[in-house]
Amino acid sequence: MLKFLPYMVAAWLLLVGLYGIVTSRNLVHAITCLSVAQSSTYILLLSVGFERGGTAPVFLDVPVGTRAVDPVVGALTLTDVVVGATVSALLLALAVQAQKHQGTLDPERFGKERD
Amino acid sequence: MPRRLADTAAVATAAVVTVCCLALLASCLDGTAVYWFGGWVPRHGIALGVAFAVDPVGATMATLAGVLATAALTFSWRIFEAVRTLHHALMLVFLAGIVGFCLSGDLFNMFVFYELFSVAAYALTGYQTTDPGPVRGALNFAITNSVGAILVLAGIALLYGRAGALNLAQLGQSLASRPADRLVIVAFLLLMVGFFVKAAVVPFHFWLADAYALAPTVVGVLFAGVVSELGLYAVARVYWTVFSGPFEGVQGLRGILLVGAVTTALVGGVMCVLQHHLARMLAYATVSHVGLTLAGFALLGPAGTGGAVLYLVADGLVKGALFISVGIIEHHLRDTDERRLAGRGRHLPWVAGLLVLGALGLAGVPPFGTFLGKALLEEAALAAGQPWLIGLFVAVAALTSAALLRATGRVFLGLGPGGGPAAARRGPDESAVRHPHAHPTQVAPAVALLALAVAIGLWPGLTAAAEEAAARFTDRPAYAAAVLGGAAEVPAAHPPVLLAAPAGWAVLSALLGLALAWAALRPDRLPAGPRDRLARAAAPAVAALRRIHRVQIGDSVTWLVVGMAGFGTLLALVTR
Repeated sequence: MLKFLPYMVAAWLLLVGLYGIVTSRNLVHAITCLSVAQSSTYILLLSVGFERGGTAPVFLDVPVGTRAVDPVVGALTLTDVVVGATVSALLLALAVQAQKHQGTLDPERFGKERD
Repeated sequence: MPRRLADTAAVATAAVVTVCCLALLASCLDGTAVYWFGGWVPRHGIALGVAFAVDPVGATMATLAGVLATAALTFSWRIFEAVRTLHHALMLVFLAGIVGFCLSGDLFNMFVFYELFSVAAYALTGYQTTDPGPVRGALNFAITNSVGAILVLAGIALLYGRAGALNLAQLGQSLASRPADRLVIVAFLLLMVGFFVKAAVVPFHFWLADAYALAPTVVGVLFAGVVSELGLYAVARVYWTVFSGPFEGVQGLRGILLVGAVTTALVGGVMCVLQHHLARMLAYATVSHVGLTLAGFALLGPAGTGGAVLYLVADGLVKGALFISVGIIEHHLRDTDERRLAGRGRHLPWVAGLLVLGALGLAGVPPFGTFLGKALLEEAALAAGQPWLIGLFVAVAALTSAALLRATGRVFLGLGPGGGPAAARRGPDESAVRHPHAHPTQVAPAVALLALAVAIGLWPGLTAAAEEAAARFTDRPAYAAAVLGGAAEVPAAHPPVLLAAPAGWAVLSALLGLALAWAALRPDRLPAGPRDRLARAAAPAVAALRRIHRVQIGDSVTWLVVGMAGFGTLLALVTR
């Protein structure tokens, strides 16, 4: 059971994040929810590469064949964190602009110019 | 940096990238070109390093992006007097991301490049921050597409957990031995939905119209020309290299993809006709043509793939030319609503010509390259026992070209209800016209793109080359051998495509489009009884379709989740 816990947490975070985006009436809230959904991928990646009883993947001064967690998923997660931070920063900058010009952060109260 | 220097540097960079991609395309025609970064070549068939694996299809996509970026930057030479070099830098980052995405042979690197060009695209959509529209469009675009990217990454994580590899060839090899189990199916679902969001397959398309129509028109050239197509490219690439083994025996997959393709093509086509905003019209034409291209990929064979790739390239060029034409109209008349523009375009005859030619290109009339692509698609549909697809192709071509011809007739000839002869006589509205004539640097890129689309259609032996490229694209063992082992590939010979029947269908599409446009412009000439009955019958459906498409950010993510649930349910049913 404990083995599946991280996967359930990842799925939960993804669903909660999506629910937040879907129901959001505030852009900053929606962007934060996006970060929550994004963090589900960190947990998923890390739990995929986790090795019970493994050490950090530094193979200096340890005997050959020592169990270690997968370093690749660590690298992937780091990349993912950077990507997530970039997207959040850009989105927040856009939200600031929206607030400046529309006077609100509620997407439903933005001016309409559709046909 | 002085303005002209920045312009020159940006255009020159994009042009050099295009030439390099072309050289790459030429060099990979004989065999997949593989480059291992840092010299981490595979040992005993196990890939640890990260590779670029370039085959003709990927190199073609990269070249298309380079051509469109060069055209867009040339066009922006005179449009954005006020914009600083930020725009150029973003465009080049955008292009770099796309090229990397097309060349990558590694799933995680595909994701990174995907995010790179996506982030550049969000910024390009929203950087005109003085305007509320683009900011709103960029927010919806960015949030929905980021959700898509999260799904892609979750799929990659699951695949890595199963196969312990990120290289596409390696993944395909290690998954091929067994039929798809639940984990592989879920990973497939996540990856496909993530890429469908980028491709704007219905119902994942709700972000697209706002992003494409509210972004600066220059950016729209690349968006409509290549970004949606990249989503489809990714779907096909990942399917053929990774999932074609485990899903080999799954009969229903083709049906599911075809349902998505048909819905996308028809919803896009109908929405295209319902638009009056020119850029929005082109945005929905893009959705519609994405559906058409997806139909080709959905046949899950080399013939359909070859047709889809050829069509997608020619269509991207035509769409780029059309977006530039709309940009010229916007620049000169300060508006892109065909009703407000009625009759005001008379002094821009060049642009009218471009729009009419573009409409013919969308209809797939020879000698445009879209015609050859469609001919291959039709042949593949017949061979796959789906002849009804030809009807879909004709309908889509007729709808999108009709919308464009109607707008052209209204803007440049003052035809149609609402405009009328009075509006036509009024002539150009002097207060709104800043520059009386289109400048050569504005018209030339559009003409060049259309000329390229025609050149593709006239290139001898191109259908055979496309089929050969597609045969290699869809050959998983050969791809794996080229990447991991370096074995030679043997392309199969193909009989030449017969073009007589497709030419008939193309002419029929164009005539239908013309008839529809005429009917829209002169409803008074139609018999009143049937016309009014038809209008009454269609009104509720049209209103519902319009209402569905008036979306907020939350709505488009809701549709994403609903679509994913639907796709997942269907997948579960067919893989049971």
